[in-house]
Amino acid sequence: MEKFTTLTGVAAPMPLVNIDTDMIIPKQFLKTIQRSGLGRNLFDEMRFDDDGNEIPDFVLNQPAYRNANILVAGDNFGCGSSREHAPWALADFGIRVVISTSFADIFYNNCFKNGMLPIVLPREQVDLLMEDASKGANARISVDLESQTVTSSDGQEFRFQIDPFKKHCLLNGLDDIGLTLEKVSSIDTFEAQAAQARPWV
Amino acid sequence: MPKTLYDKIWDAHVVHEDSDGTCLLYIDRHLVHEVTSPQAFEGLRMTGRKVRAPEKTIAVPDHNVPTTPDRENGIENEESRIQVDALDRNAREFGVNYYPVNDIRQGIVHIVGPEQGWTLPGMTVVCGDSHTATHGAFGALAHGIGTSEVEHVLATQTLIQQKSKNMKVEVTGSLLPGVTAKDITLSVIGATGTAGGTGYVIEYCGQAIEELSMEGRMTVCNMAIEGGARAGLIAPDQKTFDYVKGRPHAPKAAQWDAALAWWKTLKSDPDAHWDKVITLKGEDIAPVVTWGTSPEDVLPITAEVPDPASFSGGKVEAARRALEYMGLKPGQKLTDIEIDTVFIGSCTNGRIEDLRAAAAILKGQKIKSGLRAMVVPGSGLVRAQAEEEGLAQIFIDAGFEWRLAGCSMCLAMNPDQLSPGERCAATSNRNFEGRQGRGGRTHLMSPAMAAAAAITGRLTDIREMMAQTA
Repeated sequence: MEKFTTLTGVAAPMPLVNIDTDMIIPKQFLKTIQRSGLGRNLFDEMRFDDDGNEIPDFVLNQPAYRNANILVAGDNFGCGSSREHAPWALADFGIRVVISTSFADIFYNNCFKNGMLPIVLPREQVDLLMEDASKGANARISVDLESQTVTSSDGQEFRFQIDPFKKHCLLNGLDDIGLTLEKVSSIDTFEAQAAQARPWV
Repeated sequence: MPKTLYDKIWDAHVVHEDSDGTCLLYIDRHLVHEVTSPQAFEGLRMTGRKVRAPEKTIAVPDHNVPTTPDRENGIENEESRIQVDALDRNAREFGVNYYPVNDIRQGIVHIVGPEQGWTLPGMTVVCGDSHTATHGAFGALAHGIGTSEVEHVLATQTLIQQKSKNMKVEVTGSLLPGVTAKDITLSVIGATGTAGGTGYVIEYCGQAIEELSMEGRMTVCNMAIEGGARAGLIAPDQKTFDYVKGRPHAPKAAQWDAALAWWKTLKSDPDAHWDKVITLKGEDIAPVVTWGTSPEDVLPITAEVPDPASFSGGKVEAARRALEYMGLKPGQKLTDIEIDTVFIGSCTNGRIEDLRAAAAILKGQKIKSGLRAMVVPGSGLVRAQAEEEGLAQIFIDAGFEWRLAGCSMCLAMNPDQLSPGERCAATSNRNFEGRQGRGGRTHLMSPAMAAAAAITGRLTDIREMMAQTA
């Protein structure tokens, strides 16, 4: 997995609440057996009209945000389906950080498996960063995972919380499966005991 | 220390706990479908890993499969076919339990699991699908996971997890006539919002929940995810045990007795700690429908379309956008909303009891002229049973299409889709923008309400129709 340490870049504002994973990547693009190439269809139905032309008003079609690598989003980002295609599409487009007041559980976990950092901040701070992001491409936001901080373009610093294990894996680009397999003897023991206690499983 | 049901199941499955509380949780059942698994199996191949417990892994294609009778000739859409073929190849190569597309036991993964007795009380059950919460109806800890986690479970039969908080949703008293499990689960989401359950595992309890059938309980737990919860649970009771007994993969003989003895302990202790408690009165719940593009946009059928200005914060803009998308105006009566299509099916409402409820309304009736209506049974076995009970004929006589099993128009990955602007009364679980097809407009409701809408061609209060026929 790709490491995540720091990132400075353009943040796109998406204040809409409840942005669901059907919006992030509509189902017609889930018919792939690969992880790559989904960026071109990120937010497809908001980004393109029925004929496939760009909808100019949509934030990622605006010149300032075409190369955004941070999203500042409304409450409950990533709700709905468990599709990991949602973080795959965001990452493939180039977005590696999403900042919101809250995330849906499965989407939040999926991000960490793909070198992405979802950041939860209190509403006042998200509102300030949303305003900052609205200033366009010259307003660059910085994220530092080690120090757990987000810094706005005018130097305001906000600290965020993150689970230490998730942080450790992200900073070092560690593969979960490899880590778990180091504990294979614990799994063997558990399985043998469970087979005694609950043989019907 | 007193424990909740969630605490008990959790504790019975912890393989390893780190000092920071991160746990390795053992997974008893892993359900797999064709959309969220190909990259996971490919990952195993690339790293030379095997499926650790193929006997605990169950694969079935459901999202992409066509539901028309010609599907036995193969799947026309190339991408869908590749995905279904990939599942077929992966299931056989890795030796997992498998129900191919033309097996009568094929169906929506969350209907097949319980039907075949794979889902049992006290288990941990995961699937690369958010509606895995369905299995919580058996008192199993069940939740959706992403594809990376699918690969993790395939390789290790465990998941790295942090424990969620405990939330109790109590529904007291009894439901009134015409009110169903779907109305309970939608009303809970209406009360808590789609993020109200974030960070929690919900246990549903109370008289109204106890009075539900297993099918109804599955409907309630199925939509726990729409309220943001990791999982929904209902303590197993005699109804649960009766449902499970005799199913192909349920324990038998002495193992049944041992299992039953443990299952009977699976309930929250009276003085267990709850981080959050919500209480609804069963008799206050009305038949409901959704008006917007989030499952929290729910109102009793007697209500009117709300004014976006009546909300606060980001919801004002979200509601304005939803009304524009849905083609509705504030103040419009919900019962004046005319529909084009009716969809009865999905992992929320595609079980035999759902079909019985819809057929009871449709018996001897015709759907409104010009309407498109389809019933998609949740599994081949549900379909066969409905045919045997004469339900299929009722649907066909009323003007419904009688389809083969699959997810179908719930998420429209197969050819069953809405056209732009087409309005659908649906028994499924999500009314998101574009969910049932680009530009499609979805109103969620119970099977009986969907059947009533099929007859009148508009959203309809089932209680009025019941009064007429009484």
